[in-house]
Amino acid sequence: MTSTKSKVLWGIVTVLVLVYALFPVASILSTSFKAPSDLTNQRFLPSPGQATTGNYEQILVGDAQGLFLTALRNSIGICLIATFIAVVLATLCAYAIARLDFPGKKLVLTTALAVSIFPVISIVTPLFNLWRSIGLYDTWPGLIIPYLSLTLPISIWTLAAFFRQIPWELEQAAQVDGATTWQAFRKAIVPLAAPGVFTTAIIAFFIAWNDFVYGISLTSTEAARPVPAALAFFTGASQFEAPTGAISAAAIIVTIPVVVLVLAFQRQIVSGLTQGAVKG
Amino acid sequence: MTSAIPAKPVSPDLEAETAPSVGPGGPSDKKAVAQYSERVRAERRLGWILAGPAFIIMLAVTLYPILQAIYESLFQFRLTAPDEREFIGLGNYLVILTDNVWWKDLGTTLLITVITVAVELVLGFALALVMHKALKAVRGPLRTAILVPYGIITVVSAFAWFYAFDINSGYVNSWFAWLPGIDSDLNWFAQGGTALFVIMASEIWKTTPFISLLLLAGLAQVPDELTEAAKVDGATWWQQMRKVIIPNMKAAIMVAVLFRALDAFRIFDNVFIMTNGAYGTEVLSLLAYRQSISRLEIGLGSAVSVLLFLCVLIICFVAIKLFKVDLAGAQGGK
Repeated sequence: MTSTKSKVLWGIVTVLVLVYALFPVASILSTSFKAPSDLTNQRFLPSPGQATTGNYEQILVGDAQGLFLTALRNSIGICLIATFIAVVLATLCAYAIARLDFPGKKLVLTTALAVSIFPVISIVTPLFNLWRSIGLYDTWPGLIIPYLSLTLPISIWTLAAFFRQIPWELEQAAQVDGATTWQAFRKAIVPLAAPGVFTTAIIAFFIAWNDFVYGISLTSTEAARPVPAALAFFTGASQFEAPTGAISAAAIIVTIPVVVLVLAFQRQIVSGLTQGAVKG
Repeated sequence: MTSAIPAKPVSPDLEAETAPSVGPGGPSDKKAVAQYSERVRAERRLGWILAGPAFIIMLAVTLYPILQAIYESLFQFRLTAPDEREFIGLGNYLVILTDNVWWKDLGTTLLITVITVAVELVLGFALALVMHKALKAVRGPLRTAILVPYGIITVVSAFAWFYAFDINSGYVNSWFAWLPGIDSDLNWFAQGGTALFVIMASEIWKTTPFISLLLLAGLAQVPDELTEAAKVDGATWWQQMRKVIIPNMKAAIMVAVLFRALDAFRIFDNVFIMTNGAYGTEVLSLLAYRQSISRLEIGLGSAVSVLLFLCVLIICFVAIKLFKVDLAGAQGGK
């Protein structure tokens, strides 16, 4: 195979993969610029000359802003807190697993695995019931706590895999120089571990950001309802108008952070996912 | 006194055996052991101090609720009528398992699981091969593109596919009108088959990147020498695939399939958004949701939740015992 031929071939393959991965995003992006009257044009793009930013105005400064912006604030706040807590706890836990010898290490890892395959819907009913009786229903903590069941296990696995690859002699060297275990961890290891921790945070954030089951089951008002759940409750400007445009515009806005993170950190995310998944 | 006699001949033997190790270095050895065990104990304590909080939280947010669900499932209990709470043993399970709805939903869930996982395995393997072999120049763009569906919210994906196929706002009918059976009057979401097709398409689109990344990690572990040797021996591309590459990444394939199967079995978001379970598209998660959150039938809903959990356990058990999937091994555990 000549080099030009292989280049052309790879060009075609790349275009195919790009179309596969981006077409649905392009589809909803295009829908988000359609005017309500233009929605039924049976075409991919808005009719010529009719493209509008009206849908974005509706959710950002118009009627639907209360619904969308509060949901966006809830989503960002809840997901960031859940990610932060999970990553801090998982960092300590993964350090112990990768580094220390203690009985029950396998139990912790197995538990993480079991929790990650746990059907979310199975614990929604008891949580729904419990949260109502202790006042956590429809609050931020009421979502942050169950989100930990989503973000903690994958964080532990991913970080344990990362930590196994760190040259721990550095830590021993620091200890020889008189540092305590804790100092050695903080001064010698944290700088090396930081990229792994950061990658894990991105992956955990994606997972929390994606949640829908907890979001619609454990909230009832705008007090804590995150974006994916809010999208399901969108209504049109009038009862005769489908909320298609507004939902599409909101969908694009919540997809932006994902695309930005992916563009900036694709290499780290891929290595984080593959390392966490298969062998450290 | 009599018992001391048989003991006598034994003790010199013991002494003879232990004597050399005691000898001159005895006391310092003992001290070393004492120090060592103290260090070990400190290390164990630190291990649990660090790992404990994460471990306890994981248990608290899953084990406790599932035990609570098991307990609640034994009662007839509706939140709108809290005073009529009544212990009925396994009555809820009897109601569910003798009802057609459960078996129909189980069938739909299994159908979705089998088809999506099969398609994703083929598609994901192709994507993994592409990423594995890609020229350096296109590797970055390829990975970025593949990660977009991975990171996107499932609900957003559901809306994107829904609007594309929808009879009013969609363009799929006009694009594919030349295909038999598709015309501008086809309402994809008004019958089970076509609705499931779109639901599965969205599910496959969104989750194939995950399976392909797991497979990519497996591909990277196949030693290059093996494929090189096969190539030198004149093996065709297909033979290399079948005889060298796939057998060597069997573990990764098994793990990917199990993970995706368990995930697909929990499908909820796509169905909720597109049909809300209408026209025979209801899945088990939606059934559980409908019972407890919509109808506030806590007892019945808890029983469905527990049954769903048992299904997941059975799938795991079958995979691990029958197909010997080593989850812990492949997940980086030692």
